[in-house]
Amino acid sequence: MFTNFKSGRYVAVAAAAALLLAACGTGGGENDPGNPNAPQPATGETITLDGAGATFPTPLWQALIDDYTRNVNPNVRINYQSIGSGGGITQFKEQTVQFGSSERFLSDEDLADVEAARGCPAVQLPAVYGSVVIAFSDDQFDGLVLTADVIARVFDRDIVNFNDPAIAALNPGVDLPDVEIAPVHRSDGSGTTNVFTLYLEDEVPMWADKYGSGTEVNWAAGTIGGQGNEGVAAGIIQNPGGFGYVNQSYAIELGLPQAQVVNADGNAIYPTLEATSAGLDGLEIPESYQFSILGIGGEGYPITGAVWNFFYECGYTDAEAAELKAFWAWALGAEGDAHATELGYAPLGQAVKDRVLADLERINASN
Amino acid sequence: MSTATEATTLRSQLRGTKKGRYADPLFKSLMTTAGVFVLFLLGVMIVRTTVDAWPVFQKEGFFGFLFGMQWTAQASNETTNPDLMLGTYGAWPFIYGTFVTAFIALVIALPLAIATALYITQAAPRRIRNSLSYWVETLAAVPSIVYGLWGLLFFVPVVLMPLFAWLESTFLGDTFLFEGPVRNVSYLAAGTVLAIMILPIMTAIIREVFSAAPQDELNAAYGMGATRWEVIRQVLLPRSTSGIVGGTMLGMGRAIGETIAVAMLVGGSQRMGYSLFFGGDSMAAHIVSTFADAYPETIIGLMAIGVALFLFTFFINILARALVWRVGRLGGDSAV
Repeated sequence: MFTNFKSGRYVAVAAAAALLLAACGTGGGENDPGNPNAPQPATGETITLDGAGATFPTPLWQALIDDYTRNVNPNVRINYQSIGSGGGITQFKEQTVQFGSSERFLSDEDLADVEAARGCPAVQLPAVYGSVVIAFSDDQFDGLVLTADVIARVFDRDIVNFNDPAIAALNPGVDLPDVEIAPVHRSDGSGTTNVFTLYLEDEVPMWADKYGSGTEVNWAAGTIGGQGNEGVAAGIIQNPGGFGYVNQSYAIELGLPQAQVVNADGNAIYPTLEATSAGLDGLEIPESYQFSILGIGGEGYPITGAVWNFFYECGYTDAEAAELKAFWAWALGAEGDAHATELGYAPLGQAVKDRVLADLERINASN
Repeated sequence: MSTATEATTLRSQLRGTKKGRYADPLFKSLMTTAGVFVLFLLGVMIVRTTVDAWPVFQKEGFFGFLFGMQWTAQASNETTNPDLMLGTYGAWPFIYGTFVTAFIALVIALPLAIATALYITQAAPRRIRNSLSYWVETLAAVPSIVYGLWGLLFFVPVVLMPLFAWLESTFLGDTFLFEGPVRNVSYLAAGTVLAIMILPIMTAIIREVFSAAPQDELNAAYGMGATRWEVIRQVLLPRSTSGIVGGTMLGMGRAIGETIAVAMLVGGSQRMGYSLFFGGDSMAAHIVSTFADAYPETIIGLMAIGVALFLFTFFINILARALVWRVGRLGGDSAV
């Protein structure tokens, strides 16, 4: 009797859950604006796309995926695992995902590896830009002017105090306190570090000699490591004189005071989204999409990197290929741009967008 | 009345059945398989990581890897030919960091664990005794990421940094061990949080050892007029030394292998410093921090750190056995 009662209760719970699910399903359908560009799979079955890679674009990818699967095409499920750029490249090479994302582009060697494994070339396409900013613990430093040389010497522990003459010379009329600088860097391997060190390597010969660039470099003694953006933010906020680099989107979210950085034309630029976009106007992007963003002048903010997505030219099912193209084409459209700017990323320029849209067609093209 | 029937039943029960004859060997072989399988698994792991990491050992030399002071990761996809690898892989800063943080943890946790165990077994009223052991054991169930977050966002900035700043301002600040500046992440910050993490397992073991001490001996000592302190010092502690050593070694094992909380608090640099306020890195923490974004050649370097960790845990286990055995012989107690 008791068992019957129990199983009866389970049935009721299951029924309620099913009803709830059905209600959610219809709710999503009603909100569907019926984007004509989104090809619905003929069978009406759910298509699952798996991606993996950089942590840097994760908030944006999540927002895009959420919006797309809720409002554009409820028949697709997209899973993105933010395991890091290196992990994204590895997973893409091992063909365990449908797309990879990374803050560094695939080298010719990587591309050859993928082609050998998959039996067809890979496509890599830039998706969005993001800047790396210098953030402080103390609001009084908001807008402090720095050059690549000064930043490099701070992380080299050559400049150890905010009242250093090199900083004073860049900030005439600013009352600089006698506070020891605590330089904070990412302790985990990170594309953010790659963008930051690539910039310093390009601008400062001393940096190129001693540290070079990469997702991890051999930081000077006396600098502080932070695990992830959170760790760096904690390091910046908790240490008096905190001075570290984080993604622009993260600094905007936390409202951290930021530095103006002098660009190649000698203009001190405060990191805003407009400044990031301005720096990318004249950017020459090669056919291969293998480029680093260096030497930015004009009104552009100089420390900027891109995120690439990787796809294969063969081996997807037709439905998967159609969905991949549809989703990333949608992400480059107006809705995608709105999400990007809201979260602190800079969308691609129109000319590059057109090229990327055309090249999205290479997905599965040699199937 | 029915003795005959009973005897028959008994006899039939005692008679070996086919099933009974096979049960024993079957069970034995099952156990053997399980035991051998564990060994096999461990062997495969060690051999596989060593083989993978071999090019790094070839490039740096075994001792060059263990005692090399410089770790510079480089971008290449080379995983087999040591001559084509671009980076320099010396793991000493991480090995040093591992032992310093583990040692700090032990120095803080051991007296606390002994004191807690003594209180629980000897001094506390029954009601407090039960709930206190329960709470100490709850500490063991907290996931290490929670310790890391709690340490990073609360314990270090609110409690430890002011304390460390005070330590640095005293005469200790003039010694190389406590040389400033005090930052949020350091060996000492990681070691202190590690101490809290290894406290439960050490307390639990030491408590068991204390409660295993024969009550008669304690009573005898009390009967001779010994005070509680004298009983603890002269009867309980000597009897329990080997157990305390065993518990300490287990705590040390956990401290050496602890990964994520240390990664968040130790500082994450590829360098080492002799000041406890220096932000360094430990072996496990460096692996977890950098593998996700590492190039293939650096992953091989991280594998080599893994091999070194295997070796160290192995030697610590041997050392623990030897210590327990030796102390046990000296103290006339071979319980553990």
